[in-house]
Amino acid sequence: MEAVLAGIKVIVTEDGYLEDFSNWNKEIGNEIAKNEGIEMTDRHWEVINWIQEQVKAGTALSVRGVKKSGVVDIKEFYALFPGGPLKVSTKIAGVPKPKSCI
Amino acid sequence: MSKTKVKKMMFILSKATIENVYAAFVMANGARMEGIEAEIFFTFFGLEAIQKKKLNHLHVATVGNPAMHIPTMLGGLPGMEALATKMMKKEMEKLDMPPVDEFLEILSASGVKMWGCKLAVDMFHLKEEDLIDDLDGILTIGDFYSKADVEGTQILFI
Repeated sequence: MEAVLAGIKVIVTEDGYLEDFSNWNKEIGNEIAKNEGIEMTDRHWEVINWIQEQVKAGTALSVRGVKKSGVVDIKEFYALFPGGPLKVSTKIAGVPKPKSCI
Repeated sequence: MSKTKVKKMMFILSKATIENVYAAFVMANGARMEGIEAEIFFTFFGLEAIQKKKLNHLHVATVGNPAMHIPTMLGGLPGMEALATKMMKKEMEKLDMPPVDEFLEILSASGVKMWGCKLAVDMFHLKEEDLIDDLDGILTIGDFYSKADVEGTQILFI
């Protein structure tokens, strides 16, 4: 479905994930974060960058992957993105919702 | 935030077979990943999953488990459980499922509360130092029920 994020018309899934990553920019990420109740800091962006790199490299995202990332530990990951960290962070990152159960 | 009406999942883990322990762990982790609170109460044989010396040596059950598709008599032969366990662990590693000790670390860091059952701890003569350091404490079942304190709590016995 269509949505307007940071003044740009984009297509999002039912859950609000960008259909096309090429539409993504930092302003859109910021607006999605705001809708999720998150005020973005440098730490948030470091994690978002890492997620985007993983997805670009074709790596499936999981909480175990986050643990091994060296960018953020699980405790901080939950603190940065409360209410389902992998779901929320991938939405902000403009990448598809992860399909993993772990 | 997800619209689910489940707000808190509370698991009572009473078994030590790999398939049951992982069921509890995957569901508890999955809850946290959805923003749902999760707690696990380890009782009876479930305590093996939080005993430092035993937790990395859990087995899949080959006897009395029709889904193994091997005759019960063969399942009882020496080494069968170890073999089946090795095969299952290999498959789990392929799916990036962490081993028990690492899974416990992930659960604790994710905010899953983990409790030992007082009655079972006493029965098996366990001491606090036998159990993982991440354990949040030892409780009676009544104490555990009292933690079911939000609307939308589910209690699951495994």
